[in-house]
Amino acid sequence: MRGNISDIEAGVIWTFPGGIHPPERKQPASDKPLRRIALPQQLVLPLRQHIGQAGDLLVAEGDRVLKGQALTKPGLTNGLPVHAPTSATVIAIEPRATAHPSGLSELSIVLSPDGEERWIEKKPLADFRQHDRAELIATIKAAGIAGLGGAGFPTAQKLAQQKPLDYLIINGVECEPYICADDRLMREHAEEILTGVDILLHITGIEKALIAIEDNKPEAIQAMRDAIAERSQFALRIVPTKYPSGGEKQLIQLLTGRQVPSKGLPMDIGLLMQNVGTAFAVKRAIIDGEPLLERVVTLTGEALQQPGCVWALLGTPIAHLMEQAGFTPDNLPRVIMGGPMMGFTLPALDVPVVKTTNCLLAPTEKELPPTRQELACIRCGACADVCPASLQPQQLQWLAKAKDYDALEQQQLFDCIECGACAYVCPSEIPLVHYYRKAKAEIKNIAREKAKAEIARERFEARQQRLEREKEERLERHRKAAEARQKAKQEAQQSGAEDPVQAALERVKRKKAEAANAEAPATNDKPQKSAAVAAAIARAKAKKAKQQAADAADNEKDES
Amino acid sequence: MSIVSAIIALGVLALIFGLVLGFAAVKFRVESDPIVDQIDAILPQTQCGQCGYPGCRPYAEAIANGDEINKCPPGGEATIKELADLMGVEAKPLDSAHGEEAVKTVAVIREDECIGCTKCIQACPVDAILGAAKQMHTVIAHECTGCDLCVEPCPVDCIDMVAERPRPETWQWDLGQIQQRHPEAQAIPVKMVE
Repeated sequence: MRGNISDIEAGVIWTFPGGIHPPERKQPASDKPLRRIALPQQLVLPLRQHIGQAGDLLVAEGDRVLKGQALTKPGLTNGLPVHAPTSATVIAIEPRATAHPSGLSELSIVLSPDGEERWIEKKPLADFRQHDRAELIATIKAAGIAGLGGAGFPTAQKLAQQKPLDYLIINGVECEPYICADDRLMREHAEEILTGVDILLHITGIEKALIAIEDNKPEAIQAMRDAIAERSQFALRIVPTKYPSGGEKQLIQLLTGRQVPSKGLPMDIGLLMQNVGTAFAVKRAIIDGEPLLERVVTLTGEALQQPGCVWALLGTPIAHLMEQAGFTPDNLPRVIMGGPMMGFTLPALDVPVVKTTNCLLAPTEKELPPTRQELACIRCGACADVCPASLQPQQLQWLAKAKDYDALEQQQLFDCIECGACAYVCPSEIPLVHYYRKAKAEIKNIAREKAKAEIARERFEARQQRLEREKEERLERHRKAAEARQKAKQEAQQSGAEDPVQAALERVKRKKAEAANAEAPATNDKPQKSAAVAAAIARAKAKKAKQQAADAADNEKDES
Repeated sequence: MSIVSAIIALGVLALIFGLVLGFAAVKFRVESDPIVDQIDAILPQTQCGQCGYPGCRPYAEAIANGDEINKCPPGGEATIKELADLMGVEAKPLDSAHGEEAVKTVAVIREDECIGCTKCIQACPVDAILGAAKQMHTVIAHECTGCDLCVEPCPVDCIDMVAERPRPETWQWDLGQIQQRHPEAQAIPVKMVE
């Protein structure tokens, strides 16, 4: 599989199974230059913006923060920090609705921008070739860069893997309808993107980067071609327009003819893929010393008066962006985050822009009519024809409805990239992807429950063992104490010394006698003297007895 | 004569195969997973004792000895089905005498009311409560199995069983639920009109 370098070098474009050709609808948003919008009143930054754990808070309510200042510190796992996108005051740290189809809330930092744009001290590594790999990766991690193309996988973690790699693939395909964020970025910032790619090549030690663009973006292709000029470490690859050719596995198949193994990674077949936006963010982090504070977001759909791509600060409320783009809701107001194929309808507009927000689509009812009633599957097989992963969508659907999770895994449900091609062509309007997502979530939950049950079992068993051990130890202690008492008694008898109990009794008797003596009037010296002697003897005896008793007690203590 | 030779031949063959099989049975013996372990692996390990046994493993042992498989409310239908498959018996509905299948909960101690009596710590089957005598106690939420056993011994009733809240990463894509709150939400992909 890896012996096909000469074909790849020759620029062969392979193909992948399935795929669809939905209307592209990139205009009018793709014709407008990138613009900046007014600062919002508030910025809401969920601590967790990507795959991975949330970091630990570094700020408290009321703190003033500078632009670019880290607000969280990632823990030991695959977390990333978030930064203040502008100089601001922390006004709250509380759960807020996050950009997730569930509309559930997550702990977020709420900032009130002061409009002064005061930067924290930047630490650029402008001459990146003078710095070693580990330092650059650490800088990228500290800059909070996550994959800006799709799932938001931490970039530093992807780069830190050490495997022999043939090519770095830069994904500028952007195959989903409406979205043009990467397109605009390539048209306007081609040189910066290539600098970012150079840094990525330097870090990974790969010799060549393949930059892939779909053939429906002639301006972007031209801009990149001009920027690349004669530099041999870059090669431009134009792929035919087909959805989902921008999917990681699909693009790899298109450019190299290689297939990513099931449950495997591109790394396993000697490839690494990064989005153009990520390359741009890497350039900003290394050359300019600026962490990831903003991203390009496509605002599109016929319900918007001013569609186009904008630089949106992370944490900008969607409602603010909609306002800036002139959102005029019709009788079916919807805002979709992501594209019309893989995105999700936002439950509310108060959620913020996060690192993975590439598009906000506000269609009119006529433009994207709502799905009709789901009908029964007629087994036409159209879904299987378009599936880019060569799965059997109708089969998966039956199994998902029957909750047969073992069979779903056998049918490779987890190879599904949720591209939505099957649901797009389904004549019965079955929301197939929705069933798959649900089944995937359920399978993951079952696995999580199972792992939790396993831990509970271990804890239960450990506790049982501990109780058992404690019980035995207690019994043993009692046994030893009893033995020690027995032994002390025996010793006392053997050495002829008086039994301490006996001694104590005698002492009491003597004291009583003394008391009686004291009461009796002193008749002469002799009895008095003899009484004093008797008392001294008694004292000595008592002392001895006390000593013995203490010894016995000590022994007992030692043994136990 | 031919009969005798046939019997001898067959007898010798039987002896050889018998020896081979006997040897194989000893040499390639497969230590099968004891049934109790398999049952224990299916049970939900809440250690709640609702089945009438002091923990999941004792119940697993009881099932192996022929007890009913429908006494585990936390496991519910799914566990009963799996147990029925494993034991080769008919799946039955949950025995309501042992409780109903309920939503998953975790124990939460109202910490300002805790008097530090350690009674809940002693009751917890998975050591998920942290504290010491006369010190405030607290539940390690992610270790809590929601078994309910700590509620009863608390002398000041400061332990609540709270339903587990869904988090974005454990959310079940329950779009119906969203649609109730936000009727305009709908499944993606949206059909495009040519």
